[in-house]
Amino acid sequence: MVMMDVPTRVVYSRPEALDPRVTHYCPGCTHGISHRLVAEVLEEMGEVENTIGVASVGCSVFAYNYFNIDFVEAAHGRAPAMATGIKRVLPDRMVFTYQGDGDLASIGMGEIVGAASRGELLTVVFINNANYGMTGGQMAPTTLPGQVTTSSPTGRDVKRQGYPIQTAELLSTLDGAAYVVRRSLHNTREVRRAKKALRTAFEVQKHRLGFSLVELLSTCPTNWGMSPVEARDWVEERMLTYYPLGDYKVSPAVAELNL
Amino acid sequence: MAKELIKGNTAVAEAALRVGLEAYFGYPITPQTELLEHLSARMPELGRPFVQAESELGAINMVYGAACTGKRVMTSSSSPGVSLMMEGLSYIAGTEVPAVFVDVVRGGPGLGNIAPAQGDYNQIVHGGGHGDYHLIVLAPASVQEAIDLTGLAFDLADKYRSIVCIMLDGSLGQMMEPAEIPPMQPLKAEIPDWAVRGNSDGDRRILTSINLDPPAQERMNYRLMTRWQEIEANEVRFKSYYLDDADFVVVGFGTAGRIALSAVRAAREKGIKIGLLRPITVAPFPNEVLEELTEKVKGFLVVEMNAGQMLEDVRLVVRGRKPVEFFGRMGGVVPFPDEVLTEIERLVAVPLTTNGHPRDRWLARMADVIG
Repeated sequence: MVMMDVPTRVVYSRPEALDPRVTHYCPGCTHGISHRLVAEVLEEMGEVENTIGVASVGCSVFAYNYFNIDFVEAAHGRAPAMATGIKRVLPDRMVFTYQGDGDLASIGMGEIVGAASRGELLTVVFINNANYGMTGGQMAPTTLPGQVTTSSPTGRDVKRQGYPIQTAELLSTLDGAAYVVRRSLHNTREVRRAKKALRTAFEVQKHRLGFSLVELLSTCPTNWGMSPVEARDWVEERMLTYYPLGDYKVSPAVAELNL
Repeated sequence: MAKELIKGNTAVAEAALRVGLEAYFGYPITPQTELLEHLSARMPELGRPFVQAESELGAINMVYGAACTGKRVMTSSSSPGVSLMMEGLSYIAGTEVPAVFVDVVRGGPGLGNIAPAQGDYNQIVHGGGHGDYHLIVLAPASVQEAIDLTGLAFDLADKYRSIVCIMLDGSLGQMMEPAEIPPMQPLKAEIPDWAVRGNSDGDRRILTSINLDPPAQERMNYRLMTRWQEIEANEVRFKSYYLDDADFVVVGFGTAGRIALSAVRAAREKGIKIGLLRPITVAPFPNEVLEELTEKVKGFLVVEMNAGQMLEDVRLVVRGRKPVEFFGRMGGVVPFPDEVLTEIERLVAVPLTTNGHPRDRWLARMADVIG
């Protein structure tokens, strides 16, 4: 074999902010992608050594094992309160929560609304996969009408079980929220857009413009009973109609950031 | 510094910030609210965080987060609010971070009322939250003592990476008394090694209460329990009155102990040889002195503003070797010294028994008074 003297350039590698270990996430789950995006953004901003993460209860309960940054682990739903405590005493640190839909939009609705309305200088990474993943796929506040879960075995009946919560829309009504958007992780284009949104959200915090949240539509192939590819398609076909992607709140100051 | 006339809630708030409270998170609830109100003005003046949370759940979890940074932090509430905080307290205990909270106890159960009571004893002293853990619980009987114990609370929290509760009966929170607040002290300078900070020193720190591996959780519980043994050995505090020659002993904490002291003094004037043991730390409980007293006295009268919650801790030490009687008022009713004096006079006059349960005898006696 002839070795060619070709200059090489690294174009892709694991972010240093991600610990090189195998995660406990299922094949085809998009938690790995969102972890990586958060790590890349913090690294690109030079904030890895200035950040404290707050993990929540759900599949991402062990998120702190996968990031090379300081982390605390909150009680179910309370991550925004815990993050508030940290940010208020260490105002120059970057503080973010990483929460699922059961954690944030059900048991933690009081805490997230409180944090957003106070305009806490936090960034919330909100994973919406339309079910409780860790406990085995029960109905979540985000479960779609008609969606079968282990606790809505005949499909979510909105007359009996109510309607899904559109979190980004809901939080966008609060004046303390400076940046609230919904993105998706179901294809490459949307992954790139999600990363941009996460960058903006962390910049909003860095520039002290208010509360920021990025809702990420995510897959849960195991609990949805689908292959990873089918799960990706299900996001596109089913979730996008109930949860349209878009910028629900971009305060004038955020718009002026011009990232 | 000179003494000033000051309300208990305000005094504790001012004392806390003077001994280095760096952040306060709370939620309004009577009869605690003046504490929150005082800090809402004073903390911003000093450039320190004050957050009125969305709920007691929010408040205790803000404390949890801020405590993870190693700063001196606290919250305060009253009984129904403290019930909501139990989740957070268990997590804080399970993460071994120091925190102080004040429970200004009111009448319950349920929404109850806003009058002074001691009905939170079981919830605070014997757990409340899930899992194996203990709180250090301080029970002052005057505004001055509440001030003094506030400083101690932060020191003990830091020393043992523990939660310390100042259990302030509603009466003490609301009462004005002459008292002296300590001068302003500098904030704690050093960051404990375990505290999260953003891994600026390249040393990643994770603070969590999760231990999925049962043996790991068991080791952690073992550590908590052996630390509690250390606390039991070193941190018991109580006050004794007229115990040297006492034939009978009243045991009471906080406001009930203070009222009982008036009754004990009146009884002494009548020539009754009675003393008072007033636990200041109700957790750790003053078992040792109670054991010594059990050997030498003829009987005990436990006085509380509840249905006999500390009574069970007294009975655990006395173990039927001497008669124990009980007198309490509940639900926000505060006993008069005369009522306690009557109980003392009854104690020394009637034949006592170690059979049966003192609560049953008390309930029977109270049938006409309360029922």
